[in-house]
Amino acid sequence: MPAPASSDGTDAPRERAVGVPMLEMRGITKRFPGVVANDRVDFDVHAGEVHSLLGENGAGKTTLMRILYGLYQPDEGEIRLEDGPVRIPSPSVAIHHGIGMIHQHFMLVPTLTVAENVALGLPSSRRPLTDLDRVGARIRELAETYGLRLEPEAYVWQLAVGERQRVEIMKALYRNASLLVLDEPTAVLTPQEVEDLFSTFRQLVEAGRGLVFISHKIHEVLSLSDRITVLRNGRTVGTVKPNATTRGELARMMVGRDVEGGKEHPPVEAGDPRLSITGLTVAGDRGNEAVRGLDIEVRGGEIVGIAGVSGNGQRELAEAIAGLRPVAAGSIRLDGAEVAGRSPAQVRDKGLAFVPEERMRDGLIGDFTVAENLMLTDHRDPRFASRGFLRFRAIRRHCADLVSRFDVRTPSLETHGRNLSGGNIQKLILARELSGKPRVLLVAQPTRGVDVGATEYIHDRLIEQRGRGTAILIISEDLDEVMALSDRIAVMYEGTVIGLVDRPRATRDGLGLMMAGVPPDRALG
Amino acid sequence: MDRRWRNAAGRIVASSLAPLIAVVGALLVGAVLLLAFGADPVEGYRALFVSAFGSEQALASTAIKAVPLVLVGVGITIAFRANVINIGGEGQLVAGGLLATVMALALPDLPAPVLLPLVLLAGAVGGAIWGGIPGALKAYLGVNEILSTIMLNIVAVQVMNFLLRGPLLDTSQISGLSRVPQTERLSPNADLPILIEGTRLHAGIIVALLAAVVVWVLLWRTTAGFRLRAVGLSPDAAAYAGMPVKRTVMLALALAGALAGLGGAVLVFGSVSHRMVTDGTTTGFTGAAGFNGIVAALFGGLHPLWTVLSSFVFGGLLVGGIAVQRVVQVPSSLIVALNGLVVVFVVSSELLRRRMRARALVPALRDPRPPRAPPAGGGRRPGTDRGSG
Repeated sequence: MPAPASSDGTDAPRERAVGVPMLEMRGITKRFPGVVANDRVDFDVHAGEVHSLLGENGAGKTTLMRILYGLYQPDEGEIRLEDGPVRIPSPSVAIHHGIGMIHQHFMLVPTLTVAENVALGLPSSRRPLTDLDRVGARIRELAETYGLRLEPEAYVWQLAVGERQRVEIMKALYRNASLLVLDEPTAVLTPQEVEDLFSTFRQLVEAGRGLVFISHKIHEVLSLSDRITVLRNGRTVGTVKPNATTRGELARMMVGRDVEGGKEHPPVEAGDPRLSITGLTVAGDRGNEAVRGLDIEVRGGEIVGIAGVSGNGQRELAEAIAGLRPVAAGSIRLDGAEVAGRSPAQVRDKGLAFVPEERMRDGLIGDFTVAENLMLTDHRDPRFASRGFLRFRAIRRHCADLVSRFDVRTPSLETHGRNLSGGNIQKLILARELSGKPRVLLVAQPTRGVDVGATEYIHDRLIEQRGRGTAILIISEDLDEVMALSDRIAVMYEGTVIGLVDRPRATRDGLGLMMAGVPPDRALG
Repeated sequence: MDRRWRNAAGRIVASSLAPLIAVVGALLVGAVLLLAFGADPVEGYRALFVSAFGSEQALASTAIKAVPLVLVGVGITIAFRANVINIGGEGQLVAGGLLATVMALALPDLPAPVLLPLVLLAGAVGGAIWGGIPGALKAYLGVNEILSTIMLNIVAVQVMNFLLRGPLLDTSQISGLSRVPQTERLSPNADLPILIEGTRLHAGIIVALLAAVVVWVLLWRTTAGFRLRAVGLSPDAAAYAGMPVKRTVMLALALAGALAGLGGAVLVFGSVSHRMVTDGTTTGFTGAAGFNGIVAALFGGLHPLWTVLSSFVFGGLLVGGIAVQRVVQVPSSLIVALNGLVVVFVVSSELLRRRMRARALVPALRDPRPPRAPPAGGGRRPGTDRGSG
C-alpha cells in the first residue's frame, strides 16, 4: 500500500496533496429519464493519491467519471482543476486537461500493433509520414519506468486481456495524462495480474499522478486506495481511509445493510452424472483449437465451477455444450444421451438450461418487453401457445409469477428489456432458464457486472437449484464466486482442464497459479 | 389510469406526428421546385389533392394504386422486422404475375369461385419462390440479400419480357404489327370483381386489407411472428433461445415475396385490359410498386396497419402527380422528384420520431411500481442502473 497522503514532504507531489486538489467535482447532479444517476456528488483527487470510487452497479460511479471525461454533461455542479473551474464538453478536452480514462471495455483496434494503437489519433512528428519508431521508443521508455511490460511491435489481437489493458494504460500515459481514471480494471485479470497492475498503479502515484480506481470489489479497494468514496443510489455515502475502516463497514455503506459473507451450503448428496463431456475439441473463431480434449463430469445436485482467465476456451466450451458452436471431436452426454453437434433447440429439449456470458447480446433482446424476453425459450410450449397462436393470458400470468418469484424489479411486464439494470436482467434470464426445470444448468459469468445485492440473490437461487438435484456447471472469471459456490473446481487453461480440485482443498493462491498454467501438483504443492 | 392513457396517447401522437411533418416538409421544398419552374404551387397542390382524393372516382383510382403498395409494403414489414432488407418487390411482383397468368391460361374454364382463388394462390407461390431464393442464399450461404434481390429483379423482368414477347404473346398481336408485349385477354372467370359500379375499384382492395390484418396477426399474435421479430432484433439471442434462425430468415423473405407475388396477380387480374402487359421497360408491368411499397412500409413505421394508410397517401401522390403535371405544366420528372423528396424526408424523420417517442416514454419510467412485496433490501429503484456500466 502506498504511504498515506501525509508524507515527509520530500517529494513535490506529496506536498501538493495537502494543498489544492488536482481535481474537484462539487455538487454534481446528472439526471437521466426517470433516474437521478448522480445526486449532488462531491469528489476530489489530490496528486499522488489513489482515490477509489466504490459502489454497486448503478450507484453512479461510471456516470460520474463519464461526466469528468466529457462523455456526459452534468445538469448541475462544478468541475475544478488546479487552474480553476473548467467545462469539459468532450473527451478531447478532457485529454487536453491531462485526464486519461481506461474503460471497462477496451477501445483498441485488434489488427493494429501496440505502437499504432497508441499513436492513433495523435499527430505524427514527421507528417505526412508516420513516426512509429519514435512512438515505439517512447513506449519502451514509459514501459521501463512504470513496469508495464509491452512490445510496441506486437499486434493487439495477439495479446492477452491483461496485456491489452496495459496498452490502454500506455495510451493514457503517452498522452501525458496526470489524472488516470480506471473503470473496473481488474474484472478480467488473474490474481497475479492484478498484483502486477497494482504495483504499476503505485509507481504512477509515486510519480505524482492522481488515480481514480472504480470498483465494486472491496478487498481490492482496501489494498490499493489512499481514500475511498462510497456511492449508493447516485449519492455520496461517505469518504473513508482504508486503515480506518473494515470490509464489513464498506459493504454496509455500499448496500445499505449487512451482507453475509462466505456462506456454508448445506451438503447435498451428489447423484448420477448428468453432464459428461469426454475428449471435447472445439474450434475457436480463428480456426484454432480453443477447446482440446477436455473431460469433465457434473453430477446431479452438485455445482462444478470452472475458473480460468478469459480466453482459455471457456466461451467456446459453453457454446459447444449449448449447441451454438460445432463440435470438432469428442462427446457431450446429457443424461446419457449424446448431444454433441445437436441444435440449441434439441439440446434444450434434453433438459439443458443456459445462462449466457454475453447477457445483453445472447440472453436478452433489448427491444423486447420483459414478458417477451421471458418467453424466448418457451414460446412454443403448449401452455403458452395453441395451434401457433400465443396465449396472452397464460403468458401474462406466467411472467407475472416469474417476475415476482425471482424479484425482477421492473415497472411492468411491458417495459423494454434494455431499461432494466444488469442485476435485474440477470435475474430475468435466470427466471426464464430455471422455469423450465432443467436437468443440467450451465451458467457463464453468473454475476459479472451485477451489484452486490443481486449477486447474493443469484447465488442463493443457484444453491437452491443445486438442492433440487440439478447438475450445475458454472463458468466464471471471478475466483471468489467460483470458490463460494462450487463443490468441485476445475481450472481451464489453454483449452483443457489443467486441474480439478474439491472445494475444501482449493486455495486462492493455488487456483491462481493453475490459472496461470502451473500444474496442480506444483500449484497446490 | 389517467397517466397510462396519456402515455399511450403521447406515444401515438409522437409516432404519427413525425411522418406528417416529413410530408409537409417535402411539399414545402416541392413548392420551391414548382416555383422555380414558374408554376403556381398552390394551384398545383390543389390539383394534386382534388384528383387524388376529391371525388369518388379519384378515391377509387388512388385505392387501386394503393393496392399493390399495400401488398408489397406489408410483405416488407415482415422482412424488415426479421432484419432482412428485401429490395426484390419488383421481381416478386413479376414472378407472381407470371405464375398467376400461366395458371389462368392453363385452366381458363374453371368456374370463377375456383379459378380466382387459384390464380391468386399461384401469384403468392410465384412470389414466394422468387423471394425464397435470395432467402435461402442469405440464410445458408451468407449472400447479401440486398444484392441478390436487386439482381433477381432484373432476371424476373427479362424472363417476363421473353415470355410476353414469345410463348405467352397474344396471338392477335402476332398477326398485327404493333407487337405489344402482352398476353391475350385472360379468362373472365379470373377477373377481380368490381366493387363499386361506375368506378374501377376491384376486389383487390379487399385482398390487400385482409393481407394487412393477417400480417399484423402473424407478427404480434403467433409464435412464428414472435420468432420473426426475435430473429430480426437479435439473431444471437434467438439462436441461443433455440430458434431456427436460418429457416426464419428464409421464411421472412419467402413471405415477403408471397405477398408481393399476390400483388402481381392483383395487378394482372384487376387491370382494365385483363391481360399481363408490359412496355419493355423494367417497371413497365409493376409501375415501380415494388420500390414504392418499400417507401410505404417505412412511412408506415413498419407496421402493417399504418402501411395501409401510408400506401393510400402514396397512391394519392402517384395519381395526383399526373394531374399536377397536366394542370400547371411541369415536366413529369418533377413529380418523380417530388416523390423522392417525400422519401428522403420520411427516412430522415425516423430519427425525429425515435427521439419524440423516447420523450413520450419518460413518465412511464418515472413511476416504477415494483411487482408485489419487494423483499429485504428493496428500495433500489429499477431504473437506477441506466447511467452506468
